[in-house]
Amino acid sequence: MKPVIRKATLQVNQNEGLIFEKSSAGKAAWKLPPLDVPEVDTAQLLGASERKDLGNMPEVSEIEIIRHFTRMSTWNYAIDLGMYPLGSCTMKYNPRVNEAVARVEGIANGHPYQPEKISQGALQIIKTLSEQLIEITGMDAITLQPAAGAHGEMTGLLMVRAYHESKGNARKKILIPDSAHGTNPATAAMVNYAVENLKSDSRGMVDIAALAAQMNEDVAALMLTNPNTLGVFEQDIHKIADILHAKGGLLYMDGANMNALVGKVRPGDFGVDVMHLNLHKTFSTPHGGGGPGSGPVAIKKALEPFLPKPVVTMKPDGTLAFDYDRPQSVGRVRSFYGNFGMFVRALAYIQANGPDGLRQTTEDAVLNANYIREGLEGTYDLPYSTPTMHEVVFSDKLQLKKGVRTMDIAKRLIDYGFHPYTTAFPLIVPGALMIEPTESESKEEMDLFIDAMKSIAEEVEEDPQKVLDAPHSTRISRLDETAAARKPVLRWKPAQ
Amino acid sequence: MRYLPKSPADREAMLKAIGLRSVDDLFAPIPAEYRLTRDLNIPRQMAESEIVDFFRQRSRENGDGGYTSFLGAGAYSHYRPVVIDSLISRGEFLTAYTPYQAEISQGTLQSIFEFQTMICELTGMEVANASMYDGSTAAAEAVMMAVRLTGRRSVVVARSLHPEYREVLATYATHQGMPLSVAGFRDDGRVNLSELEKSITPETACVLVQSPNFFGTIEDVAAVAEIAHKHGAMLVVSIAEAVSLGIVEPPRHADVIAMEAQSFGVPLGFGGPYCGVIATREKYVRQMPGRLVGQTVDKQGRRGFVLTLATREQHIRREKATSNICTNQALVALMVNIFMTVYGKVGLKELAKQNLAKTAYAAAQFAKHGKALFAAAPRFNEFVVQTSEDPDAINSRLLGHKIVGGLPLKKFYPELGNAALWCCTELTTRSAIDTAVGLVAESERSVRSSKEEDVEEVAR
Repeated sequence: MKPVIRKATLQVNQNEGLIFEKSSAGKAAWKLPPLDVPEVDTAQLLGASERKDLGNMPEVSEIEIIRHFTRMSTWNYAIDLGMYPLGSCTMKYNPRVNEAVARVEGIANGHPYQPEKISQGALQIIKTLSEQLIEITGMDAITLQPAAGAHGEMTGLLMVRAYHESKGNARKKILIPDSAHGTNPATAAMVNYAVENLKSDSRGMVDIAALAAQMNEDVAALMLTNPNTLGVFEQDIHKIADILHAKGGLLYMDGANMNALVGKVRPGDFGVDVMHLNLHKTFSTPHGGGGPGSGPVAIKKALEPFLPKPVVTMKPDGTLAFDYDRPQSVGRVRSFYGNFGMFVRALAYIQANGPDGLRQTTEDAVLNANYIREGLEGTYDLPYSTPTMHEVVFSDKLQLKKGVRTMDIAKRLIDYGFHPYTTAFPLIVPGALMIEPTESESKEEMDLFIDAMKSIAEEVEEDPQKVLDAPHSTRISRLDETAAARKPVLRWKPAQ
Repeated sequence: MRYLPKSPADREAMLKAIGLRSVDDLFAPIPAEYRLTRDLNIPRQMAESEIVDFFRQRSRENGDGGYTSFLGAGAYSHYRPVVIDSLISRGEFLTAYTPYQAEISQGTLQSIFEFQTMICELTGMEVANASMYDGSTAAAEAVMMAVRLTGRRSVVVARSLHPEYREVLATYATHQGMPLSVAGFRDDGRVNLSELEKSITPETACVLVQSPNFFGTIEDVAAVAEIAHKHGAMLVVSIAEAVSLGIVEPPRHADVIAMEAQSFGVPLGFGGPYCGVIATREKYVRQMPGRLVGQTVDKQGRRGFVLTLATREQHIRREKATSNICTNQALVALMVNIFMTVYGKVGLKELAKQNLAKTAYAAAQFAKHGKALFAAAPRFNEFVVQTSEDPDAINSRLLGHKIVGGLPLKKFYPELGNAALWCCTELTTRSAIDTAVGLVAESERSVRSSKEEDVEEVAR
């Protein structure tokens, strides 16, 4: 069988070494204006603190820099090139107007300590986004300070701890389902809570009986991702909330999968007490190769006194200001006010959508995931038949008979012109293929994806080695990760 | 909705393929009583032109770039070469995810490898990570790293560390049983070494100082290192003004450096996103938090780059990870990388020298009228001026001249009285400095003459 790869065609790709290999003395890409103050004697000013040499820093011209980074950029896959179905990562379109407005002079170049009198625009952006996220989540208050999702988790748990402490007992542990993202247990540890695992039932949901048995007055909170990492909505959410609340515990929701809910249902309405959002997932701010993110934390009224400081308030004269006088605050989790540039982008996204656009977005995201499920069920093993929301999880059980694993299928998908799905996660599905198309994919793109996945499944039957050796069309083949970890080379060094 | 690539007919066809009649069927798993039956109460869809107008209006309420600023204090105004935004706007960088799939992420991976290398060159350390959220959280994570490495728990922090970094550290430390003690500063602005030594106990995991410190003063890092190491504690040095590394000897005696690289081409952006980095010695790498890129080879022996040493990280180790950090600041690190490449070995030095010269000039001019504190130790591009009048009052007059004066320090350091922290960079013009100095001089004169009047009053 000859596979038909319809989405991609090979083309010549430029080689490019490390920038240090292009450097030579006397080349420059910079020019400073003439100094308008007297020159200084650096040796006299700095004494022993004067630096004499900048080692192996490069010396290159501007055209070389442009080519260097442009060539490297062409080695990346990106949403702008096509479907990027990483599960729980919500790789959606990053609107360009977001980038344009983030670069408007007074927004891009505002200093965090400039007087409040000339910061009203920034404060208004923080206030407006806060109010809209509160409405979207159905919560009562919010902080935008955390720099990413995991940072939001930490902030949320700090507030959970402060809340319990205010009641006289900080409690000892956090319950975390076995399907959870690794940041959840890592965060609990950072806030000095013990982690207790909660097993999932046969539907891939929280086992209510197990939860009831494990819940007691030592439990500070349950950290729940909803929909969970199987893309399954926790249908017994009200029972879960009731069990926790009955024993004084709090329900923390990891909002990584909020793209399944916006405009359709609000966590605040189904019993969530604390939750974080990922502006770089649900609200379209770019992933940028791994950040910057932004992880606002929304809370119910009872936790409001514990918000990180400062918070934005309105003064009697109608102007906005930062309020630092928050005696019960958990403190500060980051300098200044958080990743402000991401607030700008998220707000622009909400404005472009409006209430109807946000709802349609959610509906399309869920429709897309179900369309993929329909298209691939039978070809790939579906370990949980529970209804799918925004992402669907298959396993490599059928392909494993030929010795082909999820990572091999993922690598072969690259040859078909797609970014792989998330592999081997969630941990409760051995050999998982976790697929989240988001709303940004057209029917045509998903049909191509389904065809590619089916074609790979056929290849597994007929020529498994081809899949095992994939990718075949990239500029490099599979890299030796074991060698990289055993003898780490973490920086370039000049040849001896 | 203009971002959604489906026609009503597409949706129909897809629903039909799934065997559903309506899209509402897809949401049946959500208990009916929680389903939203109304529109979210947010403004209607806006056209692109309306969105741009909205933010232009906010920009006008936010100074609109029309002010000359003397603010630094952890966020620095340096020129950003145009190529930075050209290159980071390429969709292949902007819209890619964390480079887990190395074969189609070599662009991001190689650029991070170059970033790690340049951070090592500039800091004098052996390894650097791919980035942290910012300088404050990098400092907190560096301290936690020292706690793991030494098996000790307490921390001695210089009072001249950025006050907000200290606050962040306090937040992180509170629930990890990491007691903090603070060492004050001397008349020359440097950390008080005898006080610092007295604060160190056998339980001290590390000493944390900033250099140049919050006042712009360059610390005698070798002396601090000697004291810390004598007592078996590690030395963590925080660097908030990265441009200083062009002319100031890096803290080579440090065990861990926690840096804020915002100065390298990252917009002020009202405080973020910025770019934290941790750099350290090779022997400590397995306790370092954050992503790391390493060099390796593919099956054909070609050089390539991968994320490595992931066994430190949360997705493998869960509650036993070195940190919970996942998403970091990759695109911002790319800005920093491009900036470092543009200025390079010679440009960074010349850039730093201009900062030094402007600051030396400004400090000397201010000293003629107000009191320039901490003059006895070397400084980089910030200095503290004490005035007779409240700096907030002076600043509000400066604002009338479209100048944002130095940061009043009362909130952070009440013991310094009417003091403000001023910063000059290569973008600060002599005429702006002269105008600001002129207004401070006027303030001093009027305070003096009103005092003289008071004296005359009493005499009469």
